[in-house]
Amino acid sequence: MTDARAVPSAHPPEASAARARRWGAFYYAEQVLRVMKGYTWSILMYSVGQPVAYLFAMGVGLASLVDTGSVAFGGVSYLAFIAPALLVSAAVMTAANEFTFPVMAGFKWRRTYFGPHASPLTPGQIAAGHIMAVTLRLLLQSAIYFAAVALFGASPSGWGWAGVFAATLAGLAFGLPLMAYSASITEDKGQFALVMRFIVMPLFLFSGTFFPLDNLPLAVRWIGWISPIWHGTELGRVLSFGYGEPPLLTALHVAVLCGLAVLGWNLTRRRFARRMGQ
Amino acid sequence: MRRVHNEAILPSGTRSGSPPSRPAVITAEDLTKTYGDVAAVDGISFTVMAGESFGLLGPNGAGKSTTMKMIGGVTRRTSGRLSTMGLDPDTHGPEVRAHLGVVPQQDNLDEELRVRDNLLVYGRYFGLAMSYLKPKADELLEFAQLTDKARAKVDALSGGMKRRLTIARSLINEPRILLLDEPTTGLDPQARHILWDRLFRLKEQGVTLILTTHYMDEAEQLCDRLIVVDKGRIMAEGSPAQLIREHSTREVVELRFGSERNATIGSRLSGIGERLEVLPDRVLLYADDGESALEEATSRGLRPLTSLVRRSSLEDVFLRLTGRSLVD
Repeated sequence: MTDARAVPSAHPPEASAARARRWGAFYYAEQVLRVMKGYTWSILMYSVGQPVAYLFAMGVGLASLVDTGSVAFGGVSYLAFIAPALLVSAAVMTAANEFTFPVMAGFKWRRTYFGPHASPLTPGQIAAGHIMAVTLRLLLQSAIYFAAVALFGASPSGWGWAGVFAATLAGLAFGLPLMAYSASITEDKGQFALVMRFIVMPLFLFSGTFFPLDNLPLAVRWIGWISPIWHGTELGRVLSFGYGEPPLLTALHVAVLCGLAVLGWNLTRRRFARRMGQ
Repeated sequence: MRRVHNEAILPSGTRSGSPPSRPAVITAEDLTKTYGDVAAVDGISFTVMAGESFGLLGPNGAGKSTTMKMIGGVTRRTSGRLSTMGLDPDTHGPEVRAHLGVVPQQDNLDEELRVRDNLLVYGRYFGLAMSYLKPKADELLEFAQLTDKARAKVDALSGGMKRRLTIARSLINEPRILLLDEPTTGLDPQARHILWDRLFRLKEQGVTLILTTHYMDEAEQLCDRLIVVDKGRIMAEGSPAQLIREHSTREVVELRFGSERNATIGSRLSGIGERLEVLPDRVLLYADDGESALEEATSRGLRPLTSLVRRSSLEDVFLRLTGRSLVD
């Protein structure tokens, strides 16, 4: 059964199913990355432009007014103090975008999740693929951010680069529970704008970003304690310049971030399965 | 066995005519799906044979789409037995869907990707290699008459083109079973005919087509056999011709007397033909000889504003079975 003009045929369905069971999440991640590729330019501009602008404004402008090298700032320059915070905040903000609007587009606006759902992929794999692609974006963006930080001379320790992973983890710790929420929204009533204004912004401002959390009154200090930005930032500071924090507290940061990410992933997977299975 | 094919889209394995007894590819027994207290699908049973073109005809909300979703295992059934390619879709979803091509009711193409990339990306979900996918995508674009749009953004396509692209996408894994949920809803007549032509070619190649529709002309064009579904239940089953023969007369006379008068004049038509159906906008006279029925009506001094003699269609079957029209 051969033909000179023959085009090889697809592998049998059993092979498709076996591969999809094993690699399905990666296949979906590939799709998300292909879509992101259409925005490469704006992703790069955002990744490079934002750190440069912030580091310049805060590190050079604001720093000139701040008592730099003080104990409150861990004995390093103000720029070195805020650099891990800016790195983490940028990752969290990107995660806040990537785990809201595209999820709504997947379920409602463009219904793009339902295409792969008719293929051998499962809802859990579709969620995982989306998460993997965004994780990759967070890593890339944080690496570029860190390169800018290093160029500004704001990462004294040799471990500063590990802050890239701390920032990505913080992005997921905030983004995955948010993704579960996004997957539960059936009607767009501007919820995401509220999330940005009333959750992301306060977290950014009250997570020990620009000054140590201890400077805040107890009434608002709790915002920092529950904030992935604070845990990520403190972890970044430990890596970037030592910081003299008790090791137990450092372990707590890692535990909280991992815990939130795992919880968010599980909730997301369940919501995806429930919503697509209707 | 490695399958190859030539000019066609699908493997030629079964193209040279179907074997005398074709195997069943889908079997449903007492299939039920309830949402809360509402039974969307209420105990339906049917079998689809390989290479057959099988239709689910019914109005919106009849449970057709839910049935399609259960066949592919994307929605779990509440009760009953269901087998697709010998597998239970609820427990072997990925394995079942690897056999299928699915054209959903609402297009869900990736509008941010280009036309050809939509096919490539979709093929990747089946773990297919790029070396296979690239020539295959070109072949399918040709089949869908979209070759010159390969680099276009999906946004730029017309409704009919998007539908054809969705069909091309569903064929990327060379499925032997194609599920089409309302494939031509919302398309203009010309676009529908192009699409029917493409589907007919697939049928000729031996692909099993399962389609839902609320258009009786579509069901008549494409289906070898169909079930008429209403409120989650099967009202009748058979080939289009058989259903018409069993549930309607050969011909129908459509008379319009103006919306005010249809109901009152209806009583003056009794006794003509086999059956009379008074609808708000027209009166239908069911008779084997439509012309004589019309003559008899005019001989009673009735002067309709318009009159039309036509062959009975599945619309009439549906009306007979449910007392309602298919499309409101």
